[in-house]
Amino acid sequence: MSKEVKEGLLYSKNDEWLKVENDLGTVGVTDYAQDQLGDIVYVEEIKKGAVLRKGDIITTVESVKAVAEVYAPISGEIVEVNQIIIDEPSKINKEPYGNGWFAKLRISNPDEIKELMTAPDYSEYRKE
Amino acid sequence: MNDSNLLRTPLFEEHLQLKGRMIPFDGFDMPVQYSGIIDEHLAVREKIGIFDISHMGQIEIKGIDALPFVDYLLTNQFSDMKDDSIKYSPMCYFHGGQVDDLFVYKISNRFILLIVNASPNYSEKDEQWIREQAGNYDIEIHNKSNEYGAVAIQGPLAEKLLNPFFKGDISLTDLKRFKFVYGKIFGKEVLISRTGYTGEDGFEIYTAKGDDIVDIWRNSLQEGDKFGIKPCGLGARDTTRFEVCYWLYGNDIDETVNPLESGQGWTVKLNKKNFIGKDALLKIQQDGIKRKLTGLYIAQGGIPRHGMEVLFDNKKIGYITSGNYCPTLKKVYAMAYLDLPFNKKSNMVQVLLRNKKIEAEVVDMPFLAPFNKR
Repeated sequence: MSKEVKEGLLYSKNDEWLKVENDLGTVGVTDYAQDQLGDIVYVEEIKKGAVLRKGDIITTVESVKAVAEVYAPISGEIVEVNQIIIDEPSKINKEPYGNGWFAKLRISNPDEIKELMTAPDYSEYRKE
Repeated sequence: MNDSNLLRTPLFEEHLQLKGRMIPFDGFDMPVQYSGIIDEHLAVREKIGIFDISHMGQIEIKGIDALPFVDYLLTNQFSDMKDDSIKYSPMCYFHGGQVDDLFVYKISNRFILLIVNASPNYSEKDEQWIREQAGNYDIEIHNKSNEYGAVAIQGPLAEKLLNPFFKGDISLTDLKRFKFVYGKIFGKEVLISRTGYTGEDGFEIYTAKGDDIVDIWRNSLQEGDKFGIKPCGLGARDTTRFEVCYWLYGNDIDETVNPLESGQGWTVKLNKKNFIGKDALLKIQQDGIKRKLTGLYIAQGGIPRHGMEVLFDNKKIGYITSGNYCPTLKKVYAMAYLDLPFNKKSNMVQVLLRNKKIEAEVVDMPFLAPFNKR
Protein backbone atom coordinates (compact mmCIF):
# COMPACT_ATOMS: atom_id res chain seq x y z
CA MET A 1 0.00 0.00 0.00
CA SER A 2 1.68 3.20 -1.05
CA LYS A 3 1.28 6.14 1.26
CA GLU A 4 0.77 9.75 0.30
CA VAL A 5 3.81 12.00 0.08
CA LYS A 6 2.70 15.57 -0.34
CA GLU A 7 4.45 17.86 -2.82
CA GLY A 8 5.82 21.14 -1.51
CA LEU A 9 6.72 19.84 1.93
CA LEU A 10 10.15 18.91 3.29
CA TYR A 11 10.81 15.59 5.00
CA SER A 12 13.08 14.19 7.72
CA LYS A 13 14.48 10.68 7.99
CA ASN A 14 12.35 10.24 11.11
CA ASP A 15 9.21 10.71 9.00
CA GLU A 16 8.29 14.24 10.04
CA TRP A 17 7.20 16.77 7.46
CA LEU A 18 7.91 20.51 7.52
CA LYS A 19 6.02 23.23 5.70
CA VAL A 20 8.02 26.46 5.50
CA GLU A 21 6.27 29.84 5.26
CA ASN A 22 8.70 32.73 5.74
CA ASP A 23 10.29 32.11 9.17
CA LEU A 24 7.52 29.75 10.35
CA GLY A 25 7.67 26.00 10.01
CA THR A 26 4.67 23.73 10.54
CA VAL A 27 5.57 20.22 11.68
CA GLY A 28 3.63 16.99 11.35
CA VAL A 29 4.24 13.30 10.75
CA THR A 30 3.93 11.66 7.36
CA ASP A 31 1.22 9.36 6.11
CA TYR A 32 3.82 6.58 6.21
CA ALA A 33 4.55 7.29 9.90
CA GLN A 34 0.91 7.34 10.98
CA ASP A 35 0.30 4.09 9.09
CA GLN A 36 3.26 2.40 10.75
CA LEU A 37 2.09 3.51 14.19
CA GLY A 38 -1.52 2.47 13.71
CA ASP A 39 -4.38 4.00 15.68
CA ILE A 40 -2.92 6.90 17.66
CA VAL A 41 -4.70 7.32 20.99
CA TYR A 42 -2.49 9.66 23.00
CA VAL A 43 -0.27 12.67 22.39
CA GLU A 44 1.79 14.06 25.22
CA GLU A 45 1.47 17.77 25.98
CA ILE A 46 3.50 19.96 23.61
CA LYS A 47 5.09 22.92 25.35
CA LYS A 48 4.50 26.26 23.69
CA GLY A 49 7.56 28.46 24.03
CA ALA A 50 9.97 25.55 24.16
CA VAL A 51 13.20 26.26 22.31
CA LEU A 52 14.28 23.17 20.41
CA ARG A 53 17.32 22.15 18.48
CA LYS A 54 17.01 20.02 15.42
CA GLY A 55 16.49 16.43 16.60
CA ASP A 56 15.05 17.37 20.01
CA ILE A 57 11.82 15.65 21.04
CA ILE A 58 8.68 17.67 20.33
CA THR A 59 6.36 15.11 21.91
CA THR A 60 5.63 11.42 22.41
CA VAL A 61 2.70 9.72 20.73
CA GLU A 62 1.17 6.41 21.64
CA SER A 63 -0.86 4.09 19.51
CA VAL A 64 -2.68 0.98 20.66
CA LYS A 65 0.45 -1.03 19.92
CA ALA A 66 3.40 1.32 20.02
CA VAL A 67 5.09 4.42 21.44
CA ALA A 68 7.01 6.84 19.24
CA GLU A 69 8.81 10.14 19.56
CA VAL A 70 8.28 13.04 17.23
CA TYR A 71 11.46 15.07 16.66
CA ALA A 72 11.99 18.65 15.56
CA PRO A 73 13.09 18.46 11.90
CA ILE A 74 14.60 21.92 12.32
CA SER A 75 15.69 24.19 15.19
CA GLY A 76 13.32 26.80 16.51
CA GLU A 77 10.86 27.94 19.16
CA ILE A 78 7.40 26.42 19.41
CA VAL A 79 5.00 29.32 18.83
CA GLU A 80 1.77 27.41 18.29
CA VAL A 81 0.46 23.99 19.31
CA ASN A 82 -2.34 22.17 17.53
CA GLN A 83 -4.79 21.44 20.36
CA ILE A 84 -6.90 19.33 17.98
CA ILE A 85 -4.45 16.41 18.07
CA ILE A 86 -4.16 16.54 21.85
CA ASP A 87 -7.95 16.31 22.20
CA GLU A 88 -8.45 13.96 19.29
CA PRO A 89 -5.25 12.04 18.46
CA SER A 90 -6.96 10.01 15.71
CA LYS A 91 -6.83 13.19 13.57
CA ILE A 92 -3.16 12.36 12.99
CA ASN A 93 -4.20 9.08 11.34
CA LYS A 94 -7.00 10.65 9.35
CA GLU A 95 -5.33 13.87 8.18
CA PRO A 96 -1.58 13.61 8.65
CA TYR A 97 -0.95 16.58 6.30
CA GLY A 98 -4.07 18.52 7.35
CA ASN A 99 -5.67 18.92 10.77
CA GLY A 100 -3.21 16.34 12.13
CA TRP A 101 -0.29 18.80 12.25
CA PHE A 102 1.58 19.05 15.57
CA ALA A 103 3.14 22.47 16.07
CA LYS A 104 4.50 25.62 14.45
CA LEU A 105 8.11 26.63 15.03
CA ARG A 106 9.82 29.96 14.51
CA ILE A 107 12.81 28.76 12.53
CA SER A 108 16.09 29.83 14.14
CA ASN A 109 18.54 28.30 11.68
CA PRO A 110 17.26 28.43 8.08
CA ASP A 111 20.44 26.75 6.83
CA GLU A 112 19.07 23.47 8.19
CA ILE A 113 16.26 23.51 5.64
CA LYS A 114 18.52 22.20 2.90
CA GLU A 115 19.36 19.14 5.01
CA LEU A 116 15.77 17.93 4.65
CA MET A 117 14.41 15.79 1.80
CA THR A 118 12.09 16.93 -0.96
CA ALA A 119 8.91 14.97 -1.68
CA PRO A 120 10.48 12.87 -4.48
CA ASP A 121 13.52 12.15 -2.28
CA TYR A 122 11.33 11.08 0.61
CA SER A 123 9.19 8.88 -1.66
CA GLU A 124 12.38 7.17 -2.78
CA TYR A 125 13.58 6.90 0.84
CA ARG A 126 10.38 5.14 1.92
CA LYS A 127 9.85 3.11 -1.24
CA GLU A 128 8.81 -0.39 -0.25
CA MET B 1 8.75 -9.26 6.41
CA ASN B 2 9.07 -12.99 5.73
CA ASP B 3 11.41 -14.30 8.38
CA SER B 4 12.24 -17.83 7.32
CA ASN B 5 12.46 -19.09 10.91
CA LEU B 6 8.86 -18.21 11.61
CA LEU B 7 6.07 -20.74 11.31
CA ARG B 8 3.07 -20.06 9.13
CA THR B 9 -0.51 -21.04 9.81
CA PRO B 10 -2.59 -22.53 6.96
CA LEU B 11 -4.09 -19.03 6.57
CA PHE B 12 -0.78 -17.27 5.90
CA GLU B 13 -1.50 -16.57 2.22
CA GLU B 14 -4.97 -15.27 3.13
CA HIS B 15 -3.40 -12.74 5.50
CA LEU B 16 -1.07 -11.48 2.78
CA GLN B 17 -3.91 -11.21 0.31
CA LEU B 18 -5.96 -9.20 2.81
CA LYS B 19 -2.92 -6.95 3.36
CA GLY B 20 -2.52 -8.02 6.96
CA ARG B 21 0.49 -6.46 8.64
CA MET B 22 2.60 -9.44 9.64
CA ILE B 23 4.65 -9.61 12.82
CA PRO B 24 6.49 -12.38 14.66
CA PHE B 25 4.42 -13.74 17.55
CA ASP B 26 5.33 -16.79 19.64
CA GLY B 27 7.31 -18.22 16.73
CA PHE B 28 4.60 -17.54 14.13
CA ASP B 29 4.33 -14.99 11.37
CA MET B 30 0.92 -13.55 12.29
CA PRO B 31 -1.21 -10.54 11.29
CA VAL B 32 -1.30 -7.80 13.93
CA GLN B 33 -3.92 -5.84 11.99
CA TYR B 34 -5.66 -5.42 8.64
CA SER B 35 -7.93 -2.35 8.55
CA GLY B 36 -6.75 -1.04 11.93
CA ILE B 37 -6.94 -2.29 15.50
CA ILE B 38 -9.75 0.00 16.64
CA ASP B 39 -11.81 -0.64 13.50
CA GLU B 40 -11.44 -4.40 13.97
CA HIS B 41 -12.14 -4.16 17.71
CA LEU B 42 -15.41 -2.33 17.10
CA ALA B 43 -16.41 -4.84 14.42
CA VAL B 44 -16.14 -7.58 17.07
CA ARG B 45 -18.19 -5.59 19.60
CA GLU B 46 -20.89 -4.47 17.17
CA LYS B 47 -20.95 -7.02 14.33
CA ILE B 48 -18.48 -9.85 13.65
CA GLY B 49 -14.75 -10.34 13.57
CA ILE B 50 -12.85 -13.39 12.37
CA PHE B 51 -9.47 -14.29 13.84
CA ASP B 52 -6.88 -16.84 12.76
CA ILE B 53 -6.17 -18.83 15.92
CA SER B 54 -4.34 -21.69 14.22
CA HIS B 55 -1.23 -20.74 16.20
CA MET B 56 -2.90 -22.02 19.37
CA GLY B 57 -1.76 -25.46 20.51
CA GLN B 58 -3.81 -28.65 20.75
CA ILE B 59 -2.76 -31.50 23.00
CA GLU B 60 -4.85 -34.66 23.09
CA ILE B 61 -4.96 -36.87 26.19
CA LYS B 62 -6.35 -40.30 25.41
CA GLY B 63 -6.81 -43.46 27.44
CA ILE B 64 -8.66 -45.03 30.32
CA ASP B 65 -7.13 -42.60 32.84
CA ALA B 66 -7.56 -39.45 30.75
CA LEU B 67 -10.09 -37.80 33.06
CA PRO B 68 -8.43 -38.64 36.42
CA PHE B 69 -5.09 -37.53 34.96
CA VAL B 70 -6.45 -34.14 33.90
CA ASP B 71 -7.99 -33.79 37.36
CA TYR B 72 -4.52 -34.34 38.84
CA LEU B 73 -2.72 -32.16 36.28
CA LEU B 74 -4.93 -29.06 36.54
CA THR B 75 -6.44 -27.00 39.34
CA ASN B 76 -10.08 -27.00 38.19
CA GLN B 77 -12.50 -29.91 38.72
CA PHE B 78 -13.16 -32.26 35.81
CA SER B 79 -14.48 -35.50 37.33
CA ASP B 80 -18.04 -34.14 37.28
CA MET B 81 -17.77 -32.75 33.77
CA LYS B 82 -20.28 -33.72 31.10
CA ASP B 83 -19.22 -34.83 27.62
CA ASP B 84 -19.19 -32.02 25.01
CA SER B 85 -18.44 -29.39 27.61
CA ILE B 86 -15.50 -27.07 28.18
CA LYS B 87 -13.73 -25.71 31.25
CA TYR B 88 -10.99 -23.15 31.73
CA SER B 89 -8.09 -23.94 34.04
CA PRO B 90 -4.63 -22.84 35.04
CA MET B 91 -1.93 -25.52 34.82
CA CYS B 92 0.28 -25.03 37.85
CA TYR B 93 3.74 -26.08 38.92
CA PHE B 94 4.09 -27.72 42.33
CA HIS B 95 5.04 -24.30 43.73
CA GLY B 96 1.74 -22.81 42.58
CA GLY B 97 3.09 -20.67 39.70
CA GLN B 98 1.63 -21.35 36.29
CA VAL B 99 2.93 -23.42 33.38
CA ASP B 100 0.10 -22.12 31.19
CA ASP B 101 -3.63 -21.49 31.20
CA LEU B 102 -5.82 -23.56 28.92
CA PHE B 103 -9.23 -24.83 27.91
CA VAL B 104 -10.25 -28.42 28.55
CA TYR B 105 -12.62 -29.96 25.99
CA LYS B 106 -14.15 -33.17 27.33
CA ILE B 107 -14.89 -35.34 24.32
CA SER B 108 -15.38 -38.45 26.47
CA ASN B 109 -14.00 -40.02 29.65
CA ARG B 110 -11.18 -41.38 27.53
CA PHE B 111 -10.52 -38.40 25.28
CA ILE B 112 -9.67 -34.92 26.51
CA LEU B 113 -8.52 -32.11 24.21
CA LEU B 114 -6.45 -29.31 25.71
CA ILE B 115 -6.31 -25.96 23.90
CA VAL B 116 -3.09 -24.34 25.06
CA ASN B 117 -1.22 -21.16 24.24
CA ALA B 118 0.55 -20.69 20.93
CA SER B 119 2.87 -23.37 19.73
CA PRO B 120 5.82 -23.81 19.64
CA ASN B 121 6.71 -21.54 22.57
CA TYR B 122 4.04 -22.93 24.84
CA SER B 123 2.64 -26.13 23.41
CA GLU B 124 6.05 -27.83 23.46
CA LYS B 125 6.76 -26.60 26.97
CA ASP B 126 3.29 -27.76 28.01
CA GLU B 127 3.67 -31.11 26.28
CA GLN B 128 6.96 -31.77 28.03
CA TRP B 129 5.51 -30.81 31.41
CA ILE B 130 2.45 -33.00 30.87
CA ARG B 131 4.58 -35.99 29.84
CA GLU B 132 6.72 -35.61 32.96
CA GLN B 133 3.61 -35.75 35.15
CA ALA B 134 1.99 -38.76 33.49
CA GLY B 135 3.62 -41.28 35.85
CA ASN B 136 1.51 -44.43 36.13
CA TYR B 137 -1.59 -42.95 34.54
CA ASP B 138 -2.73 -45.10 31.62
CA ILE B 139 -2.81 -42.41 28.95
CA GLU B 140 -1.37 -41.36 25.61
CA ILE B 141 -0.34 -37.78 24.93
CA HIS B 142 -0.43 -36.41 21.40
CA ASN B 143 0.67 -32.90 20.54
CA LYS B 144 -1.41 -32.08 17.44
CA SER B 145 -0.60 -28.37 17.38
CA ASN B 146 0.88 -28.47 13.88
CA GLU B 147 -2.10 -30.31 12.40
CA TYR B 148 -5.18 -28.43 13.56
CA GLY B 149 -6.44 -25.32 11.85
CA ALA B 150 -8.60 -22.90 13.82
CA VAL B 151 -10.52 -19.65 13.57
CA ALA B 152 -12.51 -17.64 16.09
CA ILE B 153 -15.66 -15.95 14.81
CA GLN B 154 -16.74 -13.42 17.41
CA GLY B 155 -19.44 -10.83 17.77
CA PRO B 156 -23.19 -10.39 18.28
CA LEU B 157 -23.99 -11.51 14.72
CA ALA B 158 -21.74 -14.59 14.69
CA GLU B 159 -24.59 -17.06 15.28
CA LYS B 160 -26.70 -15.48 12.55
CA LEU B 161 -23.85 -15.83 10.08
CA LEU B 162 -22.80 -19.38 10.86
CA ASN B 163 -25.99 -21.23 11.80
CA PRO B 164 -27.41 -21.59 8.24
CA PHE B 165 -24.17 -23.20 7.08
CA PHE B 166 -23.81 -25.66 9.95
CA LYS B 167 -24.96 -29.29 9.91
CA GLY B 168 -24.67 -31.25 13.15
CA ASP B 169 -26.63 -32.99 15.90
CA ILE B 170 -27.84 -29.65 17.21
CA SER B 171 -28.09 -26.20 15.65
CA LEU B 172 -25.69 -23.46 16.69
CA THR B 173 -28.67 -21.63 18.19
CA ASP B 174 -28.99 -24.51 20.66
CA LEU B 175 -25.25 -24.70 21.32
CA LYS B 176 -24.78 -23.27 24.81
CA ARG B 177 -21.84 -21.31 26.10
CA PHE B 178 -18.84 -23.53 26.95
CA LYS B 179 -20.25 -26.43 24.93
CA PHE B 180 -19.01 -27.89 21.67
CA VAL B 181 -20.41 -30.06 18.92
CA TYR B 182 -19.00 -31.93 15.93
CA GLY B 183 -20.47 -31.28 12.50
CA LYS B 184 -19.89 -29.74 9.12
CA ILE B 185 -19.63 -26.08 8.32
CA PHE B 186 -19.28 -24.92 4.72
CA GLY B 187 -18.95 -28.64 3.96
CA LYS B 188 -15.89 -29.20 6.17
CA GLU B 189 -15.66 -31.48 9.21
CA VAL B 190 -15.22 -29.36 12.33
CA LEU B 191 -15.37 -29.20 16.06
CA ILE B 192 -17.15 -25.97 16.93
CA SER B 193 -17.42 -24.49 20.41
CA ARG B 194 -19.33 -21.55 21.81
CA THR B 195 -16.27 -19.93 23.30
CA GLY B 196 -13.94 -17.04 22.67
CA TYR B 197 -11.43 -14.59 24.03
CA THR B 198 -13.19 -11.32 23.23
CA GLY B 199 -16.03 -10.94 25.74
CA GLU B 200 -18.55 -11.25 22.92
CA ASP B 201 -20.77 -14.12 21.89
CA GLY B 202 -19.08 -16.28 19.30
CA PHE B 203 -17.53 -19.52 18.21
CA GLU B 204 -14.19 -21.19 17.84
CA ILE B 205 -13.91 -23.63 14.95
CA TYR B 206 -11.27 -26.36 14.77
CA THR B 207 -10.43 -28.54 11.79
CA ALA B 208 -8.27 -31.65 12.12
CA LYS B 209 -6.83 -30.86 8.68
CA GLY B 210 -5.19 -27.47 8.55
CA ASP B 211 -6.12 -26.85 4.92
CA ASP B 212 -9.85 -27.12 5.64
CA ILE B 213 -9.68 -23.96 7.67
CA VAL B 214 -8.86 -21.95 4.53
CA ASP B 215 -12.28 -22.69 3.01
CA ILE B 216 -14.00 -21.84 6.27
CA TRP B 217 -12.10 -18.55 6.48
CA ARG B 218 -12.95 -17.58 2.90
CA ASN B 219 -16.62 -18.59 3.13
CA SER B 220 -17.08 -16.81 6.45
CA LEU B 221 -15.67 -13.59 5.03
CA GLN B 222 -17.79 -13.89 1.89
CA GLU B 223 -21.06 -14.78 3.62
CA GLY B 224 -20.33 -12.42 6.51
CA ASP B 225 -19.81 -9.42 4.27
CA LYS B 226 -23.48 -8.40 4.54
CA PHE B 227 -23.19 -8.52 8.34
CA GLY B 228 -20.09 -6.33 8.34
CA ILE B 229 -17.55 -9.03 9.21
CA LYS B 230 -13.91 -7.94 9.38
CA PRO B 231 -10.72 -9.97 9.52
CA CYS B 232 -9.06 -9.21 12.85
CA GLY B 233 -5.44 -9.47 13.91
CA LEU B 234 -3.55 -9.98 17.13
CA GLY B 235 -3.94 -6.30 18.00
CA ALA B 236 -7.73 -6.53 18.25
CA ARG B 237 -7.39 -9.93 19.92
CA ASP B 238 -5.41 -8.19 22.64
CA THR B 239 -7.63 -5.11 23.02
CA THR B 240 -10.87 -7.12 23.10
CA ARG B 241 -9.58 -9.53 25.73
CA PHE B 242 -8.09 -6.66 27.71
CA GLU B 243 -11.35 -4.70 28.03
CA VAL B 244 -13.01 -7.70 29.66
CA CYS B 245 -9.85 -8.51 31.68
CA TYR B 246 -9.17 -12.00 30.38
CA TRP B 247 -5.67 -13.05 31.39
CA LEU B 248 -2.91 -13.21 28.80
CA TYR B 249 -0.27 -15.76 29.68
CA GLY B 250 3.18 -14.15 29.60
CA ASN B 251 1.68 -10.77 30.53
CA ASP B 252 -0.81 -11.10 33.37
CA ILE B 253 0.10 -14.59 34.53
CA ASP B 254 3.27 -16.66 34.35
CA GLU B 255 5.39 -19.06 36.42
CA THR B 256 5.87 -16.41 39.13
CA VAL B 257 2.16 -15.83 39.66
CA ASN B 258 -0.26 -18.14 41.46
CA PRO B 259 -3.95 -18.30 40.55
CA LEU B 260 -5.09 -17.04 43.95
CA GLU B 261 -3.43 -13.64 43.47
CA SER B 262 -4.37 -13.34 39.78
CA GLY B 263 -8.11 -13.60 40.41
CA GLN B 264 -8.28 -17.12 38.97
CA GLY B 265 -9.21 -18.50 42.40
CA TRP B 266 -12.59 -19.78 41.15
CA THR B 267 -10.69 -22.27 39.00
CA VAL B 268 -8.76 -23.73 41.94
CA LYS B 269 -10.65 -26.53 43.68
CA LEU B 270 -8.72 -26.93 46.91
CA ASN B 271 -11.14 -29.59 48.17
CA LYS B 272 -10.13 -31.91 45.31
CA LYS B 273 -8.28 -34.96 46.60
CA ASN B 274 -4.95 -34.30 44.97
CA PHE B 275 -3.61 -32.14 42.18
CA ILE B 276 -0.35 -30.52 41.18
CA GLY B 277 0.20 -27.38 43.24
CA LYS B 278 -2.40 -28.22 45.88
CA ASP B 279 -0.02 -28.15 48.86
CA ALA B 280 1.54 -24.85 47.82
CA LEU B 281 -1.82 -23.23 47.05
CA LEU B 282 -3.33 -24.42 50.36
CA LYS B 283 -0.45 -22.83 52.21
CA ILE B 284 -0.77 -19.61 50.20
CA GLN B 285 -4.47 -19.53 51.05
CA GLN B 286 -3.81 -20.13 54.77
CA ASP B 287 -1.06 -17.49 54.94
CA GLY B 288 -3.10 -15.05 52.85
CA ILE B 289 -2.03 -13.58 49.52
CA LYS B 290 0.36 -10.62 49.58
CA ARG B 291 -0.64 -8.99 46.29
CA LYS B 292 -3.54 -9.07 43.88
CA LEU B 293 -4.20 -8.39 40.22
CA THR B 294 -5.93 -5.01 40.26
CA GLY B 295 -7.67 -2.75 37.76
CA LEU B 296 -6.42 0.81 37.26
CA TYR B 297 -8.03 3.76 35.47
CA ILE B 298 -5.71 6.36 34.01
CA ALA B 299 -7.43 9.69 33.36
CA GLN B 300 -4.46 11.28 31.60
CA GLY B 301 -0.73 11.11 30.96
CA GLY B 302 -0.23 8.12 28.69
CA ILE B 303 -0.64 4.38 28.49
CA PRO B 304 0.94 2.12 31.12
CA ARG B 305 2.65 -0.88 29.50
CA HIS B 306 3.72 -4.29 30.71
CA GLY B 307 6.48 -4.16 33.34
CA MET B 308 6.13 -0.50 34.39
CA GLU B 309 6.41 0.15 38.12
CA VAL B 310 3.49 1.20 40.28
CA LEU B 311 4.31 3.53 43.17
CA PHE B 312 2.70 4.83 46.33
CA ASP B 313 4.51 7.57 48.20
CA ASN B 314 7.49 6.99 45.88
CA LYS B 315 7.75 3.37 46.99
CA LYS B 316 7.29 0.51 44.56
CA ILE B 317 4.10 -1.37 45.41
CA GLY B 318 3.55 -3.30 42.21
CA TYR B 319 3.93 -3.54 38.46
CA ILE B 320 1.77 -3.26 35.36
CA THR B 321 0.90 -6.50 33.56
CA SER B 322 -1.20 -5.05 30.73
CA GLY B 323 -2.32 -1.57 29.82
CA ASN B 324 -4.07 -0.06 26.85
CA TYR B 325 -6.57 2.30 25.37
CA CYS B 326 -9.96 0.59 25.45
CA PRO B 327 -11.68 1.35 22.14
CA THR B 328 -15.23 0.58 23.34
CA LEU B 329 -14.90 2.66 26.50
CA LYS B 330 -12.60 5.28 24.91
CA LYS B 331 -10.54 5.33 28.09
CA VAL B 332 -7.15 4.08 29.25
CA TYR B 333 -7.00 1.24 31.76
CA ALA B 334 -4.33 -1.08 33.11
CA MET B 335 -3.98 -4.23 35.16
CA ALA B 336 -1.30 -4.46 37.82
CA TYR B 337 -0.20 -6.64 40.70
CA LEU B 338 -0.49 -4.40 43.73
CA ASP B 339 0.71 -5.24 47.22
CA LEU B 340 -2.15 -5.40 49.72
CA PRO B 341 -3.77 -3.18 50.91
CA PHE B 342 -3.00 -0.72 48.09
CA ASN B 343 -5.52 -2.56 45.89
CA LYS B 344 -8.50 -0.99 47.70
CA LYS B 345 -11.05 0.50 45.34
CA SER B 346 -10.68 4.25 44.70
CA ASN B 347 -7.15 4.27 46.08
CA MET B 348 -4.84 6.56 44.09
CA VAL B 349 -1.43 5.23 43.02
CA GLN B 350 1.18 6.35 40.48
CA VAL B 351 2.58 4.63 37.43
CA LEU B 352 6.19 5.36 36.50
CA LEU B 353 5.94 6.05 32.79
CA ARG B 354 9.02 7.26 30.88
CA ASN B 355 10.47 9.00 33.95
CA LYS B 356 7.27 10.76 34.88
CA LYS B 357 4.62 9.71 37.37
CA ILE B 358 1.04 9.52 36.24
CA GLU B 359 -1.97 9.13 38.50
CA ALA B 360 -3.98 5.92 38.47
CA GLU B 361 -7.14 5.05 40.35
CA VAL B 362 -7.97 1.54 41.57
CA VAL B 363 -11.18 0.37 39.89
CA ASP B 364 -13.16 -2.85 39.54
CA MET B 365 -12.37 -5.40 36.87
CA PRO B 366 -13.49 -6.10 34.24
CA PHE B 367 -13.48 -2.64 32.67
CA LEU B 368 -16.20 -3.76 30.25
CA ALA B 369 -18.61 -6.54 31.26
CA PRO B 370 -18.68 -9.55 28.92
CA PHE B 371 -21.73 -9.64 26.60
CA ASN B 372 -23.81 -11.95 28.81
CA LYS B 373 -23.41 -9.67 31.85
CA ARG B 374 -24.14 -6.31 30.26
